[in-house]
Amino acid sequence: MKKEEVPQDKSFFREEHGKELCYAVDDKGNYTTALSSGWEAKTIALDNALKAIEERIADAKKRVLENKTSPIEYYMEVCKMEPAILASYVGMWQWRVKRHFKPSVFKRLSQKTLRKYAEVFDISVERLKNIESTDI
Amino acid sequence: MKIDFEHQQSAHCENGVVSNLMRHNGYQVSEPMVFGVGSGLLYCYIPFLKINYAPLITYRALAGYIFNRFAKRVGVEIKREKFNDPKKAKARLDENLRNNNPVGLQVGVYNLVYFPDEYRFHFNAHNLVVYGKEDDTYLISDPVMQHVTTLTEEQLEKVRYAKGPFAPKGHMYYPVSFPETFELEPAIRKGIKHTCRDMLAPVPIVGAKGIRTVAKMIRKWPEKHGSKKANHYLGQIVRMQEEIGTGGGGFRYIYAAFLQESSKLLNNSMLFELSQEMTEIGDQWRDFALDASRIYKNRSVQNDAYNKVADQLEALGKREADFFGKLKRAV
Repeated sequence: MKKEEVPQDKSFFREEHGKELCYAVDDKGNYTTALSSGWEAKTIALDNALKAIEERIADAKKRVLENKTSPIEYYMEVCKMEPAILASYVGMWQWRVKRHFKPSVFKRLSQKTLRKYAEVFDISVERLKNIESTDI
Repeated sequence: MKIDFEHQQSAHCENGVVSNLMRHNGYQVSEPMVFGVGSGLLYCYIPFLKINYAPLITYRALAGYIFNRFAKRVGVEIKREKFNDPKKAKARLDENLRNNNPVGLQVGVYNLVYFPDEYRFHFNAHNLVVYGKEDDTYLISDPVMQHVTTLTEEQLEKVRYAKGPFAPKGHMYYPVSFPETFELEPAIRKGIKHTCRDMLAPVPIVGAKGIRTVAKMIRKWPEKHGSKKANHYLGQIVRMQEEIGTGGGGFRYIYAAFLQESSKLLNNSMLFELSQEMTEIGDQWRDFALDASRIYKNRSVQNDAYNKVADQLEALGKREADFFGKLKRAV
């Protein structure tokens, strides 16, 4: 990549986050560095990764409202987590976390367990129980 | 307290931390030099691990390896510490800062507040330097950022104790002793040989062979998984290759810069020519990434498009097999 060809796509660029460093060659063929504000290929890939997360969140929300899963799964998706990661944050086995996705099991969870989840998701227990009140 | 520490931006976090810490201690070592001597370049497809619901394909050595190899090859000793107790982790960090010693930390990205939201996911192998503390605020030199930044005590603790795969557990590291004579030349040779060995490994998921394996998989993805999942997988490949501080072309440009710098130090013109070829290979990786991402955008279900990017990848596999054979003979 030549220095003047370093892409400057602005789709995800924000001044406060600054630019990213790339390696490129100058006109004499010597290596140097250049700043890039973004690139089409990355923008597309990132855009789609974000869309995939949104879809997962929307799908989880739908299933919570249909009483097919518990809000824990929904908030897990909101926090971009997977069951394994969530399990490690709350300090429980993965199968237990997955079991808590069952609405019938979720209803019977103790305050202590609910608080653990709420803390990890950085929300109140009240909000954990009622996802209708959330705006996402 | 604020340690007199010079922040220099780098493409990749680990190289950058090592390069900045070395420079702080009076050794001028560039980011590409750290990456090359530490044999950072790699291609590996890990079939049993998934990240973000897609197969894990990495373009570099596992976190920590680059610094370890670099240190061993130039004769630097590093001290690494992990703490079960966050309070102890904080106390040790503060102690080092009081002793005027900037330290490297391994952190999770998800709670790193100064990162753009869209890059904040559960990735735990990020690296940064703490170079001071003013009241309750730590002074942070994150090598992938243009400028230095700060984190409060709570914010720093949160990222040092991120959970999930590769959890940092407060991991802190810094060089403790340096060699009497600092010689890069033998270290460069070792670094290059190691990379050639990795890239030419007779294993179907590593190096040039790994690249061709992934090319074969891409051909099957649309039929096996449907276009949606296939596109998601391709998108992940592009992200692993270009997004996470690779300096472009899946670290190939950094490596080319390393070969160029080495050709002068070793007085080896062959390495200069190979550096130019590596730049071309990097360009080829960029073309692959662009075409792969455009499949995603067009959303058209044409197996032809998948075959086309698979062809590109296969050509890359062949070219790199040939390239690293030549590189091996050049040192």
